[in-house]
Amino acid sequence: MTIKLFTLLLQAAISTLGISLISIAIGFVIAIILSAATLSHKSIYVVPARLFISFFRGVPLLVQLLLIYTLLPVIGINVPSIVAAIVGMSLCTAAYQAENLRGGFESVPRGLIEAAEVTGLSPRQTFFRIRVPIALRLTFPALINEAIMILKSSSLVSVVGIIEITKMAQDLASSTYLPIPIFASAALIYLVINSIVALIGRFAERSLGGAST
Amino acid sequence: MIFNPQIILEKLPEIGSGLLVTLILWLVGIAGGVAVGFLVATARRFGGRAINLGLGALVEVLRGTPFLIQVFLLYYGGPFVGLMLDPIPCGLIALTVYAAAYYSEIFRAGYAAVPPGHVEAAECLGLSRLQAIRRVQIPEMALIVLPPAVNLAVILLKESAVLSIITVPELTATVSAIGSQQYAFLEAIFVLAVIYWAIVEATGRLGRVAENRLSRLRTANA
Repeated sequence: MTIKLFTLLLQAAISTLGISLISIAIGFVIAIILSAATLSHKSIYVVPARLFISFFRGVPLLVQLLLIYTLLPVIGINVPSIVAAIVGMSLCTAAYQAENLRGGFESVPRGLIEAAEVTGLSPRQTFFRIRVPIALRLTFPALINEAIMILKSSSLVSVVGIIEITKMAQDLASSTYLPIPIFASAALIYLVINSIVALIGRFAERSLGGAST
Repeated sequence: MIFNPQIILEKLPEIGSGLLVTLILWLVGIAGGVAVGFLVATARRFGGRAINLGLGALVEVLRGTPFLIQVFLLYYGGPFVGLMLDPIPCGLIALTVYAAAYYSEIFRAGYAAVPPGHVEAAECLGLSRLQAIRRVQIPEMALIVLPPAVNLAVILLKESAVLSIITVPELTATVSAIGSQQYAFLEAIFVLAVIYWAIVEATGRLGRVAENRLSRLRTANA
């Protein structure tokens, strides 16, 4: 195990980070729409959103990636495999984040909303000034957990040929016959990234004033 | 292209055998994971500081790295330290170890959530230490532990699909192989998704039924 091999793994880590961050961001936007739909009390929105969430939470990410990877060309969308991978990961994390957000919105104390209305805030103001900030603060720890899950799950995009930490480690292991040091280094890189994310999460939570409302 | 899952469903016996492998891996993984996880949590709680820190570090490594990397390390790295494993036993060991790490955290939270006063109260009422653990601590823990344990079982089913990458002949490997042979890859993956979805939904329902039973049992005894 030379420094050169480790540098190659570190370079591949940039790809892991990029794919994960983009997927989490896109997933977050979709999750807001999904959670708004599930909270709308209108079955034309609630049913499809529930179905979407249940499907993407109920099927292994590997199967989702294979499905999207084969489905997109069939319906006439030819995109590079990296786009298919990001689409797959975004839809999956969107389903999980939507569930977290819904939980957050439902745990905003009723009294706070009533108080906002009594003080003369419009329903729109109540939503954006009271419910959204509190729900986001309540779901922040879950969002950090989800980010760690996605960073780990991104190892699966190696299956569709994208060069990130896992794929790089696989290629290096088969060309050098050093699987133990190479996979152990890959594991270490994931562990360090995830520990940093967890630390950032704890720090941010404290500066947000914790989960207290 | 015509979407025709019929092509896949004609291969039901093969799908059945893949499903069987997945179910065995899953159930053995859960059973092993619960047993080892419980031992780890118990050792961490009662075994002193060194054991707690050592096992805690191991659990953090297992929880902080992708399952796929752990599988590769065992499957491709194993032979270099004299551990030649066939895909199925390798998958089974990897899944059990991974499950144990997560279950140990669930049991640790379970131990922490039972108020010590309850066990002390039971002892004051004349129950022996063992009775207090069996009649008070474990039933209270079971109720706290059940929902995350079912959740984790679902996650493990989905992780077991990863084992197809090291050629374990489980559901994902079997059905996607049928798909490539029949030139019906999309249909195959679709069927695959529906089977997993059905098992996950069924597990979730079963978990909620068990939860209701358990909480009713508890209030009836109280």
